[in-house]
Amino acid sequence: MNEAVNLIHGVVNWGMGTAADLDMGTLIDASVFYALMWVSVLSALGVVLCKNVVHSALLLTASFIGVGCLYIYMSSPFIGAVQFLVYGGAVAILIVMALMLTRRDDMSESNPSRNIWCRVGAAVISGLFFCCMALVTLLTPFKNVTVDLGDSVTGLADMMLTKYIIPFEVAAVLLLIAMIGALVLAKGAHES
Amino acid sequence: MIDIFSLSVMDIVNWSLHVGLAHFLLLAAVLFSIGLYGLLTKKGIISTLMCVELMLNAANINLVAFNHYRPFQDFSGQLMAIFSVAVAASEVAVGIALAFRIYREHGSIHVDELNNMKG
Repeated sequence: MNEAVNLIHGVVNWGMGTAADLDMGTLIDASVFYALMWVSVLSALGVVLCKNVVHSALLLTASFIGVGCLYIYMSSPFIGAVQFLVYGGAVAILIVMALMLTRRDDMSESNPSRNIWCRVGAAVISGLFFCCMALVTLLTPFKNVTVDLGDSVTGLADMMLTKYIIPFEVAAVLLLIAMIGALVLAKGAHES
Repeated sequence: MIDIFSLSVMDIVNWSLHVGLAHFLLLAAVLFSIGLYGLLTKKGIISTLMCVELMLNAANINLVAFNHYRPFQDFSGQLMAIFSVAVAASEVAVGIALAFRIYREHGSIHVDELNNMKG
């Protein structure tokens, strides 16, 4: 109880004392970030925990859209648009189509997990991974320097067509190969 | 190194209100861990693919966040994120075609039941 009162006093004092340090912009920034963060994290948890696989697919889309909004928050609107189009559009539709093509029975118990020991082990492994990453992140003193780079679409196009032209072409070939490969795999090479 | 034992509550509140690179790295770590958990526990091929997509997405957040919060003079992080999106899109297309094919051959898409490569 005492600690709670102290905490509230501290917050109020700090709000009064360091008002120059904390303006409205910072608060709005923080609230936008936390709203989008909870959207992404909670829908990602829903993907893993939902019993119905169609719900998982739709929550996956919600998570992608939350992350896309975070890209726009980081003043990278082009990546945000790519994220909406590719992940929120194409990948989501592909996954839902595949779910409908590969299942005939009832959908309500269609996202089974392994047994309890396997789940405990997976939770321990991923929790350990998260703890390692969080320790490394929190113990590194990052200085946040934001440089205004101007229009990201122009800059990306310049880089993509000059310095990174070979990866760009390789990505184009990769997409073509993936498309043909997916067609052949799904239809079968020997069927007419 | 930061001495975490000498931090006060005010420092923590202040840190959480000033959104920076560390917040995005932590968010990416959370999303990656959730994807890893799903990858290790799910039985269906398509659920596994969805979790792989979550993990790839977390990596993209790191790329874009480093490009925004570090003094880079160009957009190389965002460019890497675009290539990563292209690779992820082709991966999911081929993966879903494979899942569809496996369903037609075996009548099931549970990972545990696929234990022979003959035929």
